[in-house]
Amino acid sequence: MKLIVNGDAQEVEAATLAQVLETLGHDATTVATAVNGDFVAAVAREKTTLSDGDRVEILAPRQGG
Amino acid sequence: MVKFYETEVDSRLMLGTALYPSPSIMAGAFKVSGAGIATVSLRRESGHDKAGQDFWSLVGGMGVKILPNTAGCHTVKEAVTTAHMAREIFGTPWIKLEVIGHTDTLQPDVFALVEAAKVLSDEGFEVFPYTTEDLIVADKLLNAGCRVLMPWGAPIGSGLGLSNIQGLKAIRAQFADVPMVIDAGIGLPSHAAQAMEMGFDAVLLNTAVAKAGDPAQMALAMARAVEAGRTGYEADPMEPRDMASPSTPLIGKAFLE
Repeated sequence: MKLIVNGDAQEVEAATLAQVLETLGHDATTVATAVNGDFVAAVAREKTTLSDGDRVEILAPRQGG
Repeated sequence: MVKFYETEVDSRLMLGTALYPSPSIMAGAFKVSGAGIATVSLRRESGHDKAGQDFWSLVGGMGVKILPNTAGCHTVKEAVTTAHMAREIFGTPWIKLEVIGHTDTLQPDVFALVEAAKVLSDEGFEVFPYTTEDLIVADKLLNAGCRVLMPWGAPIGSGLGLSNIQGLKAIRAQFADVPMVIDAGIGLPSHAAQAMEMGFDAVLLNTAVAKAGDPAQMALAMARAVEAGRTGYEADPMEPRDMASPSTPLIGKAFLE
């Protein structure tokens, strides 16, 4: 599936958001996710199916002011 | 002791976690200053990069309250979605709400700020809005559900100190019972002390410490300035006057002509 993950277009073998995280090597407990600009809670990732062109954001804690 | 949304915090100094030369120097600045609240952000992470986990482990071990921000967000939707993500990752209803309206000055878009504050407050967030000293905006933020206000001292990262003293005095006086934090613009310990002398409840700063030649020393200086300024405020300062007034009694002075 062609997804835009954190701004980069890429081919990802995954049907759900949970599978995207697993395929890309993320620890699902330490990131927060959004699809097409909407927050997707961790508990909802397995039921969140994706389509070609979806924008997936995977965020983690960082320094901030 | 200062209270934000029923949470009491010992220190009135709040520090950001960005721009330090190294994570250990950042941790050292927090330790030496006793700052009780740390601001953090959320940023993109790749599956190979575990920087987020490393950072979170470090900050989580510092024993401070975490205040996630929505830095860099320019719209209500961006800010609200970021807040949702932050609440899940950081496990706190606190959110430092930034909705930036101008790229060069990083001035908040106060119209979007009020709108986002209403959405988030209604959802149970405890919103710390980064705002200007505008009284009407402050009133609308309070009506939106905010119980803390964070007016800027000067543009983020500028180090200019308090640019609009009269405006800040007015907002302090107008909303005397609202916990209020001077957020952004502090460059020197004297700026922090000035804010505290004016009756603000805390200061939040980042660049002034992180970009100092010795961040830990500057963090210590800021902590002392905040404490001195607050103590001075509580001591009820004298009223300034235009003319001199002798402090040594004239009565009893010898006649020596």
